[in-house]
Amino acid sequence: MLFIVAVPEQRSLDIAFAALADPTRRAILARLSQGEATVNELAKPFPISQPAVSRHVRVLVEAGLVVQRVDGTKRPCRLSPAALSDLDRYLEMLREGLERNYQRLDRLLAEQRKGKDTST
Amino acid sequence: MSKLTLTTEGETYVVAKRRFEASPEEVFRAFMDPELIQQWMLGPEGWTMPVCIHGGVPGGKIRYEWSDGKGGGFYLTGEILELDPPHRSVHVERMHLPDPTPDNHIVTTFTADGSGTLVTMRMTLPDAETRKAMLATGMEHGMEASYARMERLYGWNGAQ
Repeated sequence: MLFIVAVPEQRSLDIAFAALADPTRRAILARLSQGEATVNELAKPFPISQPAVSRHVRVLVEAGLVVQRVDGTKRPCRLSPAALSDLDRYLEMLREGLERNYQRLDRLLAEQRKGKDTST
Repeated sequence: MSKLTLTTEGETYVVAKRRFEASPEEVFRAFMDPELIQQWMLGPEGWTMPVCIHGGVPGGKIRYEWSDGKGGGFYLTGEILELDPPHRSVHVERMHLPDPTPDNHIVTTFTADGSGTLVTMRMTLPDAETRKAMLATGMEHGMEASYARMERLYGWNGAQ
């Protein structure tokens, strides 16, 4: 039910603090504390271009505060476990564990439904 | 597919909500029937639940044992407090890591939502010390999970 993705690499505090010095980057982190988002979604509330937001995201990734994963052509971003308090990390682990189980349950329920359709 | 939402209620509770495309009766059964629980409540890829006991009545016992197939694993015990099929269940559970974590009091409700069911699970938020123990255990197991995901991502496993 639990289980987190990976143990984060330790990054220098200097790089993290430099990354946090910018208000746009702090706003991006605040948005990501609500959950995963693509660069497109992150760019929406800001009066700056998407490439500019991409550059901010890259700084946050390099500082170890944000991680990106590959999802087809998208690169969704989320807060790195290293950047989170133990409460946030616990919730992230809970989310990951529950979602993995629930996706399995989705498949089980769909199979049961199919089984019922063919038996009637 | 619907997304899981997690919200905290103060420092005491965390509420998970998730919609499933099946009736409350079907979803309730998937949460209560040991044969079905064993098929989905498994954690990372490759883990199994060789022991699954769910009393099915108020006062009944719960015991889930997980195994990674390589001698690793842990278990959970609990007691069912209330059952109102297919609407609501209340139980307590604790994980044994191997020391037992404080009791987690869980209220699960199953509400019809169009052609599906919204499941709302209100759980006790563990204290800081318990979270630390869970994170330590989770990370240990999580490495294996991330390797499995990596294999899937790069198509290394036989299923691809």
